Amino acid sequence: MAEWILSQFPDSILGYVIIGALPLLFILPYALVTIYLEMKMAAHMQDRVAYMRTGWHGTLQPFADILKLLQKEDIIPTAADKFLFILAPYLVFIGTYATFAVLPFSSQYAGSELYLGIYYVIAVSSITVVGILMSGWASNNKWSLFGALRAAAQIVSYEIPTALALISVVMVAGTMNLQVLSQQQSGGIFDWYIFGGPFPIVKKLLLIPIMFVLFLIQLTASMAEVNRTPFDIPEAESELVQGYNTEYSGMKFAIFYLAEYANLFVVSAITVVVFFGGWASPFGNYLNSGGWELFWFVLKGMFFVSINIWLRWTLPRLRVDQLMYVSWKVLTPFALVCMILVGLIVVSF
Amino acid sequence: METVLKTSHGRTLRTEEMVINMGPQHPSTHGVLRLELVVDGEIVIDVIPHIGYLHRCFEKHSEHMTNYQQVIPYVDRMDYVAAMNNEFSFAIAGEKLLKIQVPERVEYIRVIMAELQRIASHLIAIGTFGIDIGAFTPFLFCFRDREKILDLFEMTCGARLLYNYIWIGGLSHDLPPEFIPKAKEFIVDFRKTIKEINDLLSYNHIFIKRTANIGVLPADVAINFGCTGPMLRGSGVNWDLRKNDTYSVYNKFDFEVCVGKGEFGTVGDCWDRYMVRVNEMEQSLRIIEQAISTLPEGSISSAIPKRVRPNPGEVYGRAESPRGELGFYIVSDGTGTPYRIKARSPAFVNLSVISEISRGYMIADLVAITGSIDIVLGEVDR
Amino acid sequence: MTFQEISEILKQKFETAITAVKAEVQPDPYIIVEAKSIKEISTFLRDDESLSFDFLNCLSGLDLKGKLATVYHLSSMKHNHKFVIRIEVATEQPNIPSIESIWKTANWHEREAFDMFGIIFDGHPDLRRILMPYDWDGYPLKKDYQVPEFYNGMKVPY
Repeated sequence: MAEWILSQFPDSILGYVIIGALPLLFILPYALVTIYLEMKMAAHMQDRVAYMRTGWHGTLQPFADILKLLQKEDIIPTAADKFLFILAPYLVFIGTYATFAVLPFSSQYAGSELYLGIYYVIAVSSITVVGILMSGWASNNKWSLFGALRAAAQIVSYEIPTALALISVVMVAGTMNLQVLSQQQSGGIFDWYIFGGPFPIVKKLLLIPIMFVLFLIQLTASMAEVNRTPFDIPEAESELVQGYNTEYSGMKFAIFYLAEYANLFVVSAITVVVFFGGWASPFGNYLNSGGWELFWFVLKGMFFVSINIWLRWTLPRLRVDQLMYVSWKVLTPFALVCMILVGLIVVSF
Repeated sequence: METVLKTSHGRTLRTEEMVINMGPQHPSTHGVLRLELVVDGEIVIDVIPHIGYLHRCFEKHSEHMTNYQQVIPYVDRMDYVAAMNNEFSFAIAGEKLLKIQVPERVEYIRVIMAELQRIASHLIAIGTFGIDIGAFTPFLFCFRDREKILDLFEMTCGARLLYNYIWIGGLSHDLPPEFIPKAKEFIVDFRKTIKEINDLLSYNHIFIKRTANIGVLPADVAINFGCTGPMLRGSGVNWDLRKNDTYSVYNKFDFEVCVGKGEFGTVGDCWDRYMVRVNEMEQSLRIIEQAISTLPEGSISSAIPKRVRPNPGEVYGRAESPRGELGFYIVSDGTGTPYRIKARSPAFVNLSVISEISRGYMIADLVAITGSIDIVLGEVDR
Repeated sequence: MTFQEISEILKQKFETAITAVKAEVQPDPYIIVEAKSIKEISTFLRDDESLSFDFLNCLSGLDLKGKLATVYHLSSMKHNHKFVIRIEVATEQPNIPSIESIWKTANWHEREAFDMFGIIFDGHPDLRRILMPYDWDGYPLKKDYQVPEFYNGMKVPY
């Protein structure tokens, strides 16, 4: 698809701009849907109905929310470091947005079919940390600083189990290219890596338990990376007011919000690509062409987004030290053991 | 030149320490409490509470009333989530001063109301405690059922929050005929909610991790600081005014005093205090059930005095409010105007222990401790 | 134990310190003791086996027009009995020893009495205003208290 767009605009940078802007076509409607979904899911879990008045069952409410945020006064505290304060939300969003470059929405679409796909995702999504630290420091608010430091500690810690879990799968698959990973799993539901991948039956059976553990590690760690309950300590409302984005209002706050939701999809999408076949249909070759691939990818992604939402509204929040405990003393050792086991299996079969 | 930073206590800060204000506008201070924290990173080194932001001069107002009955609306506004218990306590003090015997039916209805209010108040305590820990959903379950209790109150006296229902010598209204069936329905429904809350929150692993062994309040410290109610019982002290200094008709009912047992940590930790409240709701249901089934007939207003004009004297009347011992010290000079009314509010006394039990824990734990004390700032500041 | 018995014990022990026994006040009688001996009396009341008043329910200030008073409501969890002590001091010199070291409950209650009546509790570790703003003038619950017209430039009576 990238070649086709570029061929429409020869000798012009416009083609690249269009390719670069393509993920926005997804992110903006996705954010609206997810805001709505989150509110409605939360409400129905809590015996409420959430918004009902704007449009049919409140469907227009996300638009109203965005409109409200657009109109809000953009307050920059007097004591804040103005330059960093303004830069921070955009940096956070850039970190998230850049990862969209390699997400394989379908076999045809890929912004960049990067050979080092997974490596790139892990590397680029770390830019978010810089943005968050920047926002907390620039706000010149003690609560924001707390939130930022917590966020930095948390995201850096949880990158490690995530990376280890992903590397284990990469060892099995022999590629970091997300597009190729999806391609490998396109032979129906039992070719997904969560079910051992497209291998002979013995190897498959050995891999299945390990893959399940790896999947759980990846799910937990990714939840922590997007700062959502039970791992939402950087913005723990009851402790830190609103954490690193306490001082933000209006559009800057909206961008933080957008980045959070976009990031939520990114981590879900990575889980989907690595363990659940990416754009591949669960029925092998059935319903596995063109638009259907996009459909499966988004559906699977949204499924994990929903799991995140569901857990968020069910579980209480961990404490900072407990959070670190989970990362360093539970997830990381388990991920290491899994990696070794995967290595042995890959070598011996 | 070196700047020396000090807390309002006069304590000099070391370089790695930082003073940070929690409140008066902060999501988890349950109102307008200001906690001045001295922190070393995430560790709380000292807590200095500043109160008074909601001071509404209750005692001064009372001295300007021309009738003791006029004080009752002000009493309502002290602990605004447990107004019935405040009125009950004040009525007990007033009746002791006036030496009034109230009809049995009045006592029964008062007990029903007080226990319903206790459930409603504990529901808020449990729900907001859940929010402090980060669990939002149980909060709304709690509020859903609190709503049913408020409906019962509305049915009885027209008000949902501040009732002016229990008067010295009687009640403002009798129970409406549809109250009893509705209350019975509520009791059946509510037992399910308690189970739901236990499943969702009380025995949640993360919740236990966050609250067990946190903010441990030993029994002797609790007594020395004058803590009462679930705070004291959470520390394992079997002390409930309904049993130990029985008033009204509580001696006719069969119920247990719930104490903290330290199931998941130490006796007197946040989880114990929380669990005492959950168990107390069940006991309140038992009291209501018994009171409803044995409710006597009779008048509710026959003992209300035309003019409240006590002889010179003084009285300290107390009752068990959801937060502990709510006492009223009333000095009468023989006129209709109270010479002095002092409210001994349990939340005020319970809050004073916070700096004692939160040193050395983390900020997140401090939030849990504040939540487990269950303060209502209206009562702390009066 | 009843009020009579407790006051008898106290009378034997602290003959001189007890100014009056107001047994006729109904419904809650009290004794009046001298300010300077309140600490010894309190310690005795708390530590004596047969009394063991481990619980200070309430400490209230009181303006008696010309005299200021503090009232201590004590109770014992062990024996389940109650007792009331009162101290009266002259308004001009309202100094009372703090009993904060005996019952910690007194800490905030004494601050409140100081805040509302201007009673000075000697030996209190942190005698600041508690309910009123720190820079408030006057003691609001005194009977002769005049509401100030302005507080920090804001009109007070509305």
